[in-house]
Amino acid sequence: MLEKTMPKKIIATASLAGCFGCHMSLLDIDERILELIELVEFNKSPIDDIKTFTKECDIGLIEGGCCNDENVHNLIEFRKHCKVLVALGECAIMGGLPSLRNTIPLKECLDEAYLNGPTVADCNEQKIIPHDPDLPKILNRIYPCHEVVKIDYFLPGCPPRADLIWDALVALVTGAELKLEYSTFKFD
Amino acid sequence: MEKTITAVIKKYNGDETRLMDILIDIQAELGYLADATVAQIAKTLNIPQVDVEQTVSFYHFFARQPRGKYTVYLNDSVVANFHGRAAVARAFEEAAGCAFEQVSSDGLIGLFDTACMGMSDQEPAALINDVVFTRLTPTRARELVAGMKAGKTVAQLHGNKYGDGQNAHPLIHSMVCNNIQRRGVMVFDDYEPGTAIKRVVTMSSNEVIAMVKAASVRGRGGAGFPTGMKWDFARKAPGDVKYIFCNADEGEPGTFKDRVILTELPQLVFEGMAIAGYAVGAKQGILYIRNEYRYLRAYLEQVLADMRNNNLLGPLTAGKAGFNFDVKIQFGAGAYVCGEESALIESAEGKRGEPRDRPPFPVEKGYLQKPTVVNNVETLCSVVKVMLNGADWYNKLGTEESKGTKVLSVSGDCAKPGIYEVVWGFTVNDILNMVGAKDVQAVQVGGPSGSCIGSSEFNRILAYEDLATGGSLIIIGQHRDLLKDVVLNFARFFREESCGSCVPCRALTGMAQVLLEKIIAGKGTAGDVENLRSWLPIMKHNRCGLGQTALNPVITTIKNFKGLYDQRIKAGDLRFAPSFDLAAAVKDYEAAVAEV
Repeated sequence: MLEKTMPKKIIATASLAGCFGCHMSLLDIDERILELIELVEFNKSPIDDIKTFTKECDIGLIEGGCCNDENVHNLIEFRKHCKVLVALGECAIMGGLPSLRNTIPLKECLDEAYLNGPTVADCNEQKIIPHDPDLPKILNRIYPCHEVVKIDYFLPGCPPRADLIWDALVALVTGAELKLEYSTFKFD
Repeated sequence: MEKTITAVIKKYNGDETRLMDILIDIQAELGYLADATVAQIAKTLNIPQVDVEQTVSFYHFFARQPRGKYTVYLNDSVVANFHGRAAVARAFEEAAGCAFEQVSSDGLIGLFDTACMGMSDQEPAALINDVVFTRLTPTRARELVAGMKAGKTVAQLHGNKYGDGQNAHPLIHSMVCNNIQRRGVMVFDDYEPGTAIKRVVTMSSNEVIAMVKAASVRGRGGAGFPTGMKWDFARKAPGDVKYIFCNADEGEPGTFKDRVILTELPQLVFEGMAIAGYAVGAKQGILYIRNEYRYLRAYLEQVLADMRNNNLLGPLTAGKAGFNFDVKIQFGAGAYVCGEESALIESAEGKRGEPRDRPPFPVEKGYLQKPTVVNNVETLCSVVKVMLNGADWYNKLGTEESKGTKVLSVSGDCAKPGIYEVVWGFTVNDILNMVGAKDVQAVQVGGPSGSCIGSSEFNRILAYEDLATGGSLIIIGQHRDLLKDVVLNFARFFREESCGSCVPCRALTGMAQVLLEKIIAGKGTAGDVENLRSWLPIMKHNRCGLGQTALNPVITTIKNFKGLYDQRIKAGDLRFAPSFDLAAAVKDYEAAVAEV
């Protein structure tokens, strides 16, 4: 067990344009989550369903890049409220799977998705692209997090392994150096 | 089409290692390499189609689509831009009615960018159907397009005003000028073809190599490897078949010395190759020369024929029984990386010009896996003079570690651009005075892969022990925007020219360009500059010299001109990336929604 002498660090997490796989991987630390909860307190996060920041946080974990303006506002909020911001996983770091659309003009993507794609061509008779003021506006491309705000650490993987997330969190919480084995960042 | 392909392939005996020549000749006949053409070439050579595709796709001058009856490749180098390239490009576009990287709707004129084409002392320059046009102006561009529309031949467009020296030779007939501003003893001096090789064949190969070693001749391409040692390795390498390459790829922006040497003194170069052949035990020499110098082809072939007639090449070379050395010419097709010796060999074998892993080194396993020496044009010239005048004579010239002379290609903001042959050991300041350069902000020494230095370093000397250089000096005046006009252009150049084999080179050259554009736009941060700087050690893991030096324009300017970066970066709260513009990012969406 880790020492519990220090005050609890406060963690916030978010999934932007991601698939929640990185959050699943976080849960994959299994029973260590009990140990984690002794060390940290969660604030804004899907894990405890707190929707808005109620405290200043020590650590923010961001899954996913930015595909719409809501993601951008969310990310900026995280930057404002978190001392350390970590880009968690491929999508947050490089855009990931959603960024496959980056080489295709947005207009063509919207056309395919809402107007003339084989699954919509017959049913969207009014030819509407969803645009209610309550809906987020879609960005011209996917932006990795570091192109929108300053990111302090990058934790690669799709998703990052649970052990890697655990080791990184322990390092951030205790201030001890994260020991990275060569095999951790050798991918081929 | 089939007939042409069969005929060309037959000319090269169906040898797939001659794929470069085959493609060049077929493209010359058919205008471009259509899918069907590529398929047919593969079928005729009996090799997989992908083997043809990969070679075709690697080289800038191979066209998969029609590039116009008149194909204009306008140089987009730093120096061309110094001298008004943008206005010339605009004039071409307006007159031709199409943008760059496009062909006019009637298929008549294609406009394309190209990297430095070895004409930095007479920019802006362009290649039109392989013919060089120099010192272009907007008026001249409009005139050329009018001529094309009137159906003139390229020779008619060129006219009959020729450059100095051999440029006016009937087999060259080019407007290119030599601009030899200063002659030295090693290259541009009196020379009687054949004297050296006739002396050499009276010596043993051991003695020849010993003499080259005693003179401490070093490679003139930039790296400065001892030539005698290279020859010795190749001579001792097992095998009967060995090759001598002369590297005249000369792709480093700002370099054009090989062009002038090959125009004025090709015999000297070929004689140097014969001497190397004698020393190493090679029968075949190959001059690998960049596509941009194709206008020299007929002339060089004639020089080779004359040398054969005079027994300076071919059977009984220099009258020596059993010595039969000949030279053939291999053209490239537009790829900077082919100046790297192992990439050059790959290219000569008909493949993509990707550098090889070493070891084995070319002296052990080079061209067709045989021991191969690759020497720079100027190195071979030096060897001839060493053979004529002796090692002691050579050793008296230059500095401790840099013997002999260096031919410099000087361009940019100076009164007298051109060729300067100087003994090693001049300071940068000496050179600047010599070429009439005033108000100098920076000098790019050794091309983009070298370093960009400021006035505090102008007292450094040109020599392997201080500022090593392959010979290119680009002078950058005070009035230039160093980051935008120079560094960004070089960054784009490396991104284009990276062969893509090693990840750091492929990825970081692209990312460097993006960060640089960001910084130039005033949206960069200190972190961006630090990022760029920190990539240097990663780049050292690239396989070849191109990759290892591809960030040098950025790295050396961060080192020597930090102030220019600091002026442009954002200070203050950097938690939010200053380059991100939400309003711009949602613009496309708002437009699409408004439309329906």
